[in-house]
Amino acid sequence: MKLMKTRKFVAAAALMLAISAPVAGMAGDTIKFGVAGAHSGDLASYGLPSVNAAKLVIDQVNAKGGINGKKIEMLVEDDVCKPEVATNTATKLVSQGAEVVLGHICSGATKSALPIYKNANVLVMSPSATNPELTYSGEYPNFFRTIAPDDVQAKVDVEFALNKLGYTKIAVIHDKGDYGKGFAEFAKSFLDKSGKAEVVLFEGVTPGAVDYSAIVQKIKKSGAQAVMFGGYHPEASKIIGMMKKKRLDAAFISDDGVKDDTFIKVAGADAEGAYASGPKDTTKNPLSIKAKEEHKAAFGADPGAFFENAYAATLAMVNAIEKAGSTDLEALKKALQTEKVDTPLGNIYFDKNGDAIGVGFSVYQVQNGKFVELN
Amino acid sequence: MDYFIELFCSGLTRGAIYALIALGYTMVYGIIGLINFAHGEIYMIGAFTSFIVATVLSIYGFPLLAIVVLAGLAAVVWSSAYGYTVEKIAYKPLRHAPRLSPLISAIGMSIFLQNYVLLAQTSDFLPFPTLIPEFAFMEPVAHIVGSTDIVILITTTIMMLILTVVIKGTKVGKAMRATSQDRTMAMLVGINVNRIISVTFIIGSALAAVGGLLIASHIGQINFFIGFLAGIKAFTAAVLGGIGSIPGAVLGGLVLGLTESFATGYVSSDYEDVFAFSLLVFILIFKPSGLLGKAETKKV
Repeated sequence: MKLMKTRKFVAAAALMLAISAPVAGMAGDTIKFGVAGAHSGDLASYGLPSVNAAKLVIDQVNAKGGINGKKIEMLVEDDVCKPEVATNTATKLVSQGAEVVLGHICSGATKSALPIYKNANVLVMSPSATNPELTYSGEYPNFFRTIAPDDVQAKVDVEFALNKLGYTKIAVIHDKGDYGKGFAEFAKSFLDKSGKAEVVLFEGVTPGAVDYSAIVQKIKKSGAQAVMFGGYHPEASKIIGMMKKKRLDAAFISDDGVKDDTFIKVAGADAEGAYASGPKDTTKNPLSIKAKEEHKAAFGADPGAFFENAYAATLAMVNAIEKAGSTDLEALKKALQTEKVDTPLGNIYFDKNGDAIGVGFSVYQVQNGKFVELN
Repeated sequence: MDYFIELFCSGLTRGAIYALIALGYTMVYGIIGLINFAHGEIYMIGAFTSFIVATVLSIYGFPLLAIVVLAGLAAVVWSSAYGYTVEKIAYKPLRHAPRLSPLISAIGMSIFLQNYVLLAQTSDFLPFPTLIPEFAFMEPVAHIVGSTDIVILITTTIMMLILTVVIKGTKVGKAMRATSQDRTMAMLVGINVNRIISVTFIIGSALAAVGGLLIASHIGQINFFIGFLAGIKAFTAAVLGGIGSIPGAVLGGLVLGLTESFATGYVSSDYEDVFAFSLLVFILIFKPSGLLGKAETKKV
């Protein structure tokens, strides 16, 4: 069934190609824009919004006559978020002549596909792969992304705690899970490196335990001024409730997994004053509002995960091709790093690693039962 | 020293809750030799029932004490009804089947009840109303032992005393002890064994429901999955104390709670479960029937 769907999809893409080719004139006169990611399987909901985003932007560009007189042609390929499939996807896109690629969606698949694009000098921009190594390692000079890497949240939280709040003793607690522990380990290493604060406690709690009073007493004994928690909202609300019960007066700083309205609903008054980082608020950005409306008009539904990131990535790449005047990798990289572009995520450009500047996390605080973005 | 007392109190609270749930395991095992894996779910259903009743009553503006009593009663009655029904549906037809069959049936019941609550209620965490207020006279020591801790400890003690009186002093208790010693013999002397088994399930479920109400208002949230970990820990407590022995369940619960609390406090909460289960292994090596269990010669 999965295979059938993929085939239909490829067939549809081929049909689209056939229809659009005569409009574009000669086939060689188009710019080939690859879109790779999970378009079927259990993670399809992460990949399909990117296809929609690319289609919306590209249709608009083509309606205006394309870039420098050339129409853009979309090549959509599925990788089911599997690293072993992603290499085939990449090979196929490269052999079809893709000049830039939007994707892939999952970090693992992106990592396995990147060497193939690198050898072919193809620019790749992911809307969603957050593994820090992809840009930090420096192995993939052709890779860019419009989402902040995993460690940025920890960095934002640590800088906030040290510079804005001025804490010097911090307890780092996590839920032993991949996400929570990952966040906590990054936070600890940033705190250690800063030299401004001491990590007085670094421990994991068991999710679902009936009572967290022992760990709260331990935090109290450690003399921490703030608790930095990596994990999700159920444990966060239990811990913050127990902190209030045991009269522990320390700030509570946490991550995206806690920045959820359920946290406020469950923790109630105890949540007041807690800090949590989350993606920058884009709901007031006119471009974001416009992109969402376009999606509703074209597909009759609200956009899904990473839609804005993919929309921004497509805009950034289109803009770079236009400014560079070609799809040569070096020229594109220079354009991406110097030309700012307005996107639903804000006004962005890219650093030398390939991470977007202007995209990222803000710290929010619970004030009167709502998360309020702090600047 | 303050720190030690703080950890000790945390451990007692935890242990008291484990003990309340462990009693259900140990009583059922004592009577019919079955590990009732659905018991954790009965605890969860108790918490949900008291949540629903308390929420509805607080909308109508009942006084707090009335809400606590009514929610507690509703939880006890409703959970007992579940415990009774589970036994009738899932265990009674298998009374003479091999030992493994009711065990699998119990696991099935546990999965069924979890998913039933998930579908009937929600998968989200729900905020549990504060049923136990912060007492003003507790304020000077609130940083060490809070109002909820005290209420949990007192309620658990009262429940234990009532249970002891019931088992040692009443006719039903006598019949329960007789059934546990030898079911066939008990039947021969005219005890309605099926009724006694039902009563055991009802008492165990009632205790679990009280535990559900107490712990939910202590940590302030519930969802359909809370019975799983609590059930596993309480089962461990029951085995630790000697499964089948009622004082053993209480002792096992307290030992487990204190071990976890001190492991968190003096070593690391990463190793909380490691210490708890190492203790279990250690005790079972030297005393296979548990702390207060009687040595059985019967082959299992």
